[in-house]
Amino acid sequence: MADLKLTGVAKSYGDVQVLSDIDLDIRSGEFIVFVGPSGCGKSTLLRMIAGLERISGGTLDIDGQRMNDIPPSQRGIAMVFQSYALYPHMTVRDNMAFALKIAGQSKDQIREATDRAGKMLQLTPYLDRLPKALSGGQRQRVAIGRAIVRDPKVYLFDEPLSNLDAALRVATRIEIAQLKASMPDRTMIYVTHDQTEAMTLADRIVVLAGGGIAQVGAPLELYERPVNEFVAQFIGSPAMNLLPGRVTSVGPVTTVELDGGLTAQVAIPTRAGDEGMPVNLGVRPEDMRETDGPALFEGKVDLTEALGEVTLLYFGTGDAEVVPIIAKLPGIHPGLNGRTVRLTADPQALHLFHKGESLLYRDGPEGLPPYSPRVAPSGAPGGAAAPAQDVSEQGGTIKPEGPVR
Amino acid sequence: MELFWLAISTIAIGVFGCVAWFWGSNWVLDRILPAKGPNAGDNIRRANQIRPWLFLGPAIVFLGMYLVYPVFDSLWRSLFNSNGTRFVGADNYAWLLSDGKFRESMLNNMLWLLFVPAASTAFGLLAAQLTDRIRWGNIGKSLIFMPMAISFVGAGVIWKFIYEYRASGEAQIGLLNWIVTQMGAEPQIWLSLPFWNNFFLMIVLVWIQTGFAMVILSAALRGIPEETVEAAILDGASPLQVFFKIKVPQIMGTIAVVWTTITIVVLKVFDIVFVMTNGQWGTQVLANLMYDWMFRGTPDYGRGSAIAIVLMILVTPIMVWNIWNARKEVR
Repeated sequence: MADLKLTGVAKSYGDVQVLSDIDLDIRSGEFIVFVGPSGCGKSTLLRMIAGLERISGGTLDIDGQRMNDIPPSQRGIAMVFQSYALYPHMTVRDNMAFALKIAGQSKDQIREATDRAGKMLQLTPYLDRLPKALSGGQRQRVAIGRAIVRDPKVYLFDEPLSNLDAALRVATRIEIAQLKASMPDRTMIYVTHDQTEAMTLADRIVVLAGGGIAQVGAPLELYERPVNEFVAQFIGSPAMNLLPGRVTSVGPVTTVELDGGLTAQVAIPTRAGDEGMPVNLGVRPEDMRETDGPALFEGKVDLTEALGEVTLLYFGTGDAEVVPIIAKLPGIHPGLNGRTVRLTADPQALHLFHKGESLLYRDGPEGLPPYSPRVAPSGAPGGAAAPAQDVSEQGGTIKPEGPVR
Repeated sequence: MELFWLAISTIAIGVFGCVAWFWGSNWVLDRILPAKGPNAGDNIRRANQIRPWLFLGPAIVFLGMYLVYPVFDSLWRSLFNSNGTRFVGADNYAWLLSDGKFRESMLNNMLWLLFVPAASTAFGLLAAQLTDRIRWGNIGKSLIFMPMAISFVGAGVIWKFIYEYRASGEAQIGLLNWIVTQMGAEPQIWLSLPFWNNFFLMIVLVWIQTGFAMVILSAALRGIPEETVEAAILDGASPLQVFFKIKVPQIMGTIAVVWTTITIVVLKVFDIVFVMTNGQWGTQVLANLMYDWMFRGTPDYGRGSAIAIVLMILVTPIMVWNIWNARKEVR
């Protein structure tokens, strides 16, 4: 049981302000993931919670107790490092036992705790080995075991999977998810730059940018209701496309005229007086699909990347000044290179940004109905809802029967 | 001026000679085994087998001449009488065992062997750890390292002044006696204080070697992954526990190398004793004893060589272990 409360937490090195005004409530038993671009301070924030970095301003409370000046070992936390940070001169068992020895536990207690952790992490055959005789994945498990034996209230993970190869990363990710499931009352805070880890593991994701929190929310909430262009483009891969345009008619559904002359219907309400407001229309590559009817984007395919499960179409790669528009179509689509393609998207899947901020949040997050994920109709391969009227069967440049198998 | 030109021309001849040798010998090799014609492949292979020896050759010749040959010559001489005219077998070694001065030297060398490497390594480790933490650490490091630049003879002279004695009542020009008299005690003739005078000599070498130990150990300490230290802090280790249970074990290999390197220096110690006491008052050591028999008064090449051989036998195993350890460190 441990609630964490960060109030106005700030970090500066001399005159350089790295983080400021971090307010965050973490409930007991939550799995929180910090994500953000390199240098956004996510690791620094984690290290401040751990007590490895001094907190320059604000307060950190764990279980209602102010922790700013409490030494790391007494905060009830354990940390798993990216580089594992195993003690190279100690066996696996001694690595896990070190904290317990320092705490003055009896030999029997220590033996029992390390045996249990070893069994839990399938390390029993390796308990008497030195870390150098283990593989990367096993080392990471020892590092996790070192945290487990201490039975902390809060687990901190600092990019724990970054040093593993791709296959092992997936396996260890699942192990961490199972570990969390087996300890529902333990709080975990996890730093990563890997979106997949963030989306799959987190109860809530904290997106850090520019020295502060950009948005906090459930993974799919961040994906579907990003608060600004930064979060919109940071979550999801490839990044969300932004198409500049102007509001032409307001109401529960807004009509936007895009700079190229095309128009789009967006299921985001606007109010009288918004006409003519410059906006960026946000559309995720995976929400785009081919159409012969009204399109919100039309262009010549410059480049395709066929990944089997999806095909990525790039538009406007020729001009280095312009961010290319990317569409992600499910399945295999040969022969699209150089063709002109018309693309549309479901009005529910579109986003509107004015001066970088989402119009959804213009009255604050309180004005929004509670979030519930948009569910893809069963059988739709792309995950995007596909209204029937757009699945035109008239033939054209694109085979309307869908992906070629 | 003549000396200057002599030095310059020696350097020029040395450098030019080296270049001429490496270039010339390779040129000759390429002429004899040209990398063309019907046997090009064979020639290249054979030339590549020979080429390393062209580069190693001069070094092997000079090492053999100045290192290997003297060892065997010393061994040979140690079996002869004082002027090398009569074969005496193991008589010189038998004499060593019965000689009081030799036993004193052996004993003193053992004392040096225990005290100097231990003290230098400990002080070096302490200095390395402490100077890493503070702002003016680098200045401190330079100061501690500086004695390394002083020759043993120079250091001996400096410390002789520190131990300098003037009769009670006179102005004390020695630092140590000045301090002692300021505190109201009688001045001492430190270098003739039985037994303890050995330690006054050893301190000179500790003073010199601490800098060496510090530099090497400081680099090793910095090589320790910071995360292991942070993990230990999170595990609740105190600064002392972090130092002794996390840091020191991780640099054990380096500590061993430093320790044995200083041990070898210690076994060979000569200049400090020679300058400060010349082995009087119970401070004799093997190297100085060897020098005494070899070159002082009526030289006795047989006994001098016998002492040299004993010294070599003592150093060799430590040397082997040191090199083995150092190579393990590199790996």
